Amino acid sequence: MKKKWSVLVIMLFVGAIVLSAAACSPAEKKQEAGSNGEIILATTTSTQDSGLLDYILPDFESQTGIAVKVVAVGTGKAIEMGKNGEADVLLVHARAQEDQFVADGYATERFDVMYNDFVVLGPKDDPAKVKTTAGNDAVKAFTAIAAVPSTFVSRDDASGTNTKELAIWKAASITPEGDWYVRTGTGMGDTLTVTNEKLGYTLADRATYSNMKETMSGLEIVCEGGALLLNPYGVMAVSPTINDQINGEGAQAFVDWIISEDTQKLIGSYKINGDQQFTPGTAK
Amino acid sequence: MQYILDGFVEAFYLIFSFDPEIFQIVGLSLFVSLTSTLISTVIGVPLGILLGINNFRGKRTVSRFLYTFMSFPPVIIGLFTALFLARSGPLGQFRLMYTPTAMIIAQMVLVTPIIMGIVFNHASNSGYDVVQTGKTLGANRINILTLLILELKGGIMIALVTGFGRAISEVGAVMIVGGNIKGFTRVMTTFIAMNNNMGQYSVSIAMGIILMTISFLTNSILYHFSEGAKYEDRD
Repeated sequence: MKKKWSVLVIMLFVGAIVLSAAACSPAEKKQEAGSNGEIILATTTSTQDSGLLDYILPDFESQTGIAVKVVAVGTGKAIEMGKNGEADVLLVHARAQEDQFVADGYATERFDVMYNDFVVLGPKDDPAKVKTTAGNDAVKAFTAIAAVPSTFVSRDDASGTNTKELAIWKAASITPEGDWYVRTGTGMGDTLTVTNEKLGYTLADRATYSNMKETMSGLEIVCEGGALLLNPYGVMAVSPTINDQINGEGAQAFVDWIISEDTQKLIGSYKINGDQQFTPGTAK
Repeated sequence: MQYILDGFVEAFYLIFSFDPEIFQIVGLSLFVSLTSTLISTVIGVPLGILLGINNFRGKRTVSRFLYTFMSFPPVIIGLFTALFLARSGPLGQFRLMYTPTAMIIAQMVLVTPIIMGIVFNHASNSGYDVVQTGKTLGANRINILTLLILELKGGIMIALVTGFGRAISEVGAVMIVGGNIKGFTRVMTTFIAMNNNMGQYSVSIAMGIILMTISFLTNSILYHFSEGAKYEDRD
């Protein structure tokens, strides 16, 4: 009788493992579909969270037979993964960091893929009067916020958005410090939630904000459209010389594919609630 | 309020829409956590019993370390596992980073001390008597180990349930070593974290409800067998 108990538990465990393995078998099949190998694409959360990659990647996989494993992290982390050779190809948005990456020899070339834009969000009563004074100039907007000072929520996570935010502070010759400058260290979604709760200002990418607009009842766009607020995305194949496990051919195939005319059209046709999310090509 | 209600509605929708992606995510979560718990049991139970029933110099220090490892943060375990498995790491040539295998390894590192610690605790408390009784009855080493496992089954069961609960609910380690890759390493907890970050609260709550239900069912089944066994013993 006593043995029966342990036999039952073991059977239960093994049975559950077999069953769950069967349930997750689509994953195994998908891997087999990558008959020409696989590549690891390190990219920003915005391209994944906006749904763009789910929309365009099946085309690449069916054309080339290469499976793409998407690891969505902040731009800072993605660049770091490239430097260590943990990823084969990067799709990121922090121009200065990207140019440095190429200059340091981690990739041979960077290509423009697409762009969208950032928006400055603020509380509806706009205590820093950004709407009336700044127009589409983000530097003026930030200066007005710091002058009050009014609460500003920073992502502080070395992401593309954070890099852009710091560049705007620098352009305004302001070092943001003090109780009014809140550092969340989290992704765009979390930071927007914090901004909405604290009724502060923040810099956000338009795609994530559009997605979350309904739940952001306390916020609205206070500054948009300036040249400084453009958000260009670049693609780089990591140099295969970094280590022997980088799939250089696969990465190059991905770069060739994403800047090809057909894929560029595909990117332009991606919409959320009828709004185009990314404009293909070079930001002007 | 509305989010919470939406969450429940969304949960029913998710379950009964029979979306293959959801089933695959739930299946992978169970596969990874059950496998890691099983491996941890095989390692942790005998070791825990062995350490528990024997008295040796430094036993107190060992127990202190063991209890500390029981509260090791998953993020740190994920980070260490990642450093070892990464392409540039010592085990890089096996290409395990961002695979379910990597997630099983990380959870195994997380769960083994928990199972070992709980079994160790129970074995320290009552294991000695069992060994003495067994010896008096003329049992050999194998007999004694079997006897110990049977006598300590209540504690072992708690160890298993605790270990599995910790494995299936942690997000830090699987996020780092798995990477939350769609259709490949995305599990329930990383799915919840991702959707929360995208502001899709109702989907997060829905998956949370599914996770809780699965934990409840797993624990019910395990308890059913262990309790059932106890009643049989009294006959």
